[in-house]
Amino acid sequence: MTTIDAVRSFILTNFYVPETIALADDMSLLELGIVDSTGVLEVTAFLESEYGIEISDDEIVPANMDSIRAIAAFVETKTARAA
Amino acid sequence: MCGIGGIVALHGDANAPARPQLLRMTSALRHRGPDQSGIATLGRAGLAHTRLSIIDLAGGRQPYTNDDSSMWLVYNGEVFNYIELREELRGLGRRFRSESDTEVVLRAYEHWGEAAFERFNGQFAIGIWDRNKEKLVLARDRLGVRPLYICEHAGRITFASEIKAIFAADPSIPRALDPIAIDQTFTFWSVLAPRTAFAKVEELQPGHVRSITPHRTRERAFWAPSHPREGAPAYAGSIEEATEEVRAELARATSLRMLRADVPVGAYVSGGLDSSLIATLARRATNSRFSTFSVRFDDPEYDETRYQRLVASELGTEHHEIVVRGDDIARVFPDVVEHAERPLLRTAPAPLLLLSRLVRDSGIKVVLTGEGADEMFAGYDLFREAKVRRFWARHPGSRLRPRLLQRIYPYLSRSPVAQAAMAQEFFGRRLERARLPGFGHEPRWRTTTPLKRLFARSMHAAVGTYDSIGELMAQLPPEHSAWSSLAQDQWFEVRTLLSAYLLSAQGDRMLMASSVEGRFPFLDARVVELANRLPASFKLRVLDEKHVLKRASAGLVPEAVIARTKQPYRAPDAESFLGPGAPDWVHDALRERTLTAAGVFDPRAVAQLHAKCTRQLASGTPLSNSDNMALVGVLSTQLLHQTFIDQRREPPAIDGRDDARSTIVTTNGESP
Repeated sequence: MTTIDAVRSFILTNFYVPETIALADDMSLLELGIVDSTGVLEVTAFLESEYGIEISDDEIVPANMDSIRAIAAFVETKTARAA
Repeated sequence: MCGIGGIVALHGDANAPARPQLLRMTSALRHRGPDQSGIATLGRAGLAHTRLSIIDLAGGRQPYTNDDSSMWLVYNGEVFNYIELREELRGLGRRFRSESDTEVVLRAYEHWGEAAFERFNGQFAIGIWDRNKEKLVLARDRLGVRPLYICEHAGRITFASEIKAIFAADPSIPRALDPIAIDQTFTFWSVLAPRTAFAKVEELQPGHVRSITPHRTRERAFWAPSHPREGAPAYAGSIEEATEEVRAELARATSLRMLRADVPVGAYVSGGLDSSLIATLARRATNSRFSTFSVRFDDPEYDETRYQRLVASELGTEHHEIVVRGDDIARVFPDVVEHAERPLLRTAPAPLLLLSRLVRDSGIKVVLTGEGADEMFAGYDLFREAKVRRFWARHPGSRLRPRLLQRIYPYLSRSPVAQAAMAQEFFGRRLERARLPGFGHEPRWRTTTPLKRLFARSMHAAVGTYDSIGELMAQLPPEHSAWSSLAQDQWFEVRTLLSAYLLSAQGDRMLMASSVEGRFPFLDARVVELANRLPASFKLRVLDEKHVLKRASAGLVPEAVIARTKQPYRAPDAESFLGPGAPDWVHDALRERTLTAAGVFDPRAVAQLHAKCTRQLASGTPLSNSDNMALVGVLSTQLLHQTFIDQRREPPAIDGRDDARSTIVTTNGESP
């Protein structure tokens, strides 16, 4: 599974988004309210355990967390840096 | 306190109310009034009443009629100024035959007509049948302490204190959940009157009177909350003078509610400022034994035992406690929903149901509580948060932003400000709307609304383009925008949650489930008017909530209670419903078959929610606020469907206790 597929699958399941809602990869999860301030911490915990990365507080910002695409891109940057 | 009901056939083709229908109403309302019951069949109209005797224990039977039997009254509640009104009416030449408050209510209506209701300082729901004019008059107290529901079906009006009595009276009334009501709940946390959770049933709005004749229905507000225009002070005194006045008015309101009862009155003590102040003023108003009641939680996050005991021991009350655990909440939750008759996003009513049982078992029928203080004197975090957000909007570059938020939410172990940047993103959004109405409530509505993604496709279709917030905005009083920002926020809080949730789902219904009457000094007519007249800065001083009330409490309430950080009343939520000990009804409610039958939620999405919550609980991760609300919302809606629609219970058996406690009045208006 590609990173973006894994992130999408996590978002859809963890935030119980039904199939009836078409959630595009670049939609703002924060604006839609699907991910709220606590949800961001759930995303963070998922990324840390799934990809073995460490995410610092100053990385938990909307630019990295606001859409499926942004999250995937953030993870890929982090893992590339670690590699 | 009582239960009321009635049926009126609007025209000759409609079936006249039948005695068994009225008796089924009294059976369904038995918990509201276990001491006596009565019905009257009056041709086109029939009335039903169950009584909890509090004033004039021997008299005051209902349905109650005037001298020539032309007007008939059923009445639930208290008009605390009935003695003053009686004197006034005597002065106007009216004669009285009893000591009961019920007689005052009817004679006041005879004398003043509908203008009587605005003179009532109290908590009431009233039905009056005027035989000569063939007119039904329904009225409800200013802030909606007492409930009143109405259903028009097959040419008949059926009204009652609780919806279950309407359904019991007439099984032909179609039963269905109202999708719009569920949509409102997943926006405002409540259903807004006149809507109810059920498609065919309406709720009379607080402060309204509706009159119904065969030819026309009229409804108007006899009272509505009002605030001074910003910049046009309505209160000339200093903060010190306001403090004195607030203290004196609250003492008067409390003492009125202590003394206007022929049974002992107790008080709830939550450990917070409001109930502590009321209990203290109540203790001063009586020399007899005085009981206080508290909910304790075994979970320290919610528990306030230390402060409750401090207050009780200072006052020397007979203090009663109940300890509530998570599994207690799960166990009683179906009863809670059956009494509340609406979907809930919180379990907070559950401990209050258990507490009212304790009150009843202690032999007390009336309790005072601190409800209303947060609305009238600006106690909620929401008011402070709104003030901070408006400050941000005016000072976008301020470095104080994150620190201000931490000052608002220090108590939450799952703080939304855990991440400063995200908090900034969350609370700092849409600041350009700072001057628009609803700005203060927007974060709440915005965090709740996304949970609608759980709705089934058919539910989305039924809601269609309906816009709950837009509808609410269209109801703003014209002067709303001229009020202070705080007053505007208070209006929204009162409109969306005071009667619609707090006084009903956490108040009247949980109390009356155990035949206990609640009385609320903070909602006294004069206290409310004083509070609304005071400048916003007396209530919310910088970020100090209930500022004038804290001053008024100084020297009365223990300093530790005044100084403590405000802790909103909360109960353990979704944890109660999860894990190996979860009761069977939870599994049943979340089954695909029952979800499909109710048609409200998408079964797969609910399964994912349930799995997530269960997983998190097992790993010791606390549930987020959103997941909590989502799970409680799904479960309560499912219970509502199961209880009132799916397993449509047989109408309650007629309680045929044919003893001195029940009265049946026949068509010609004379007792048999």
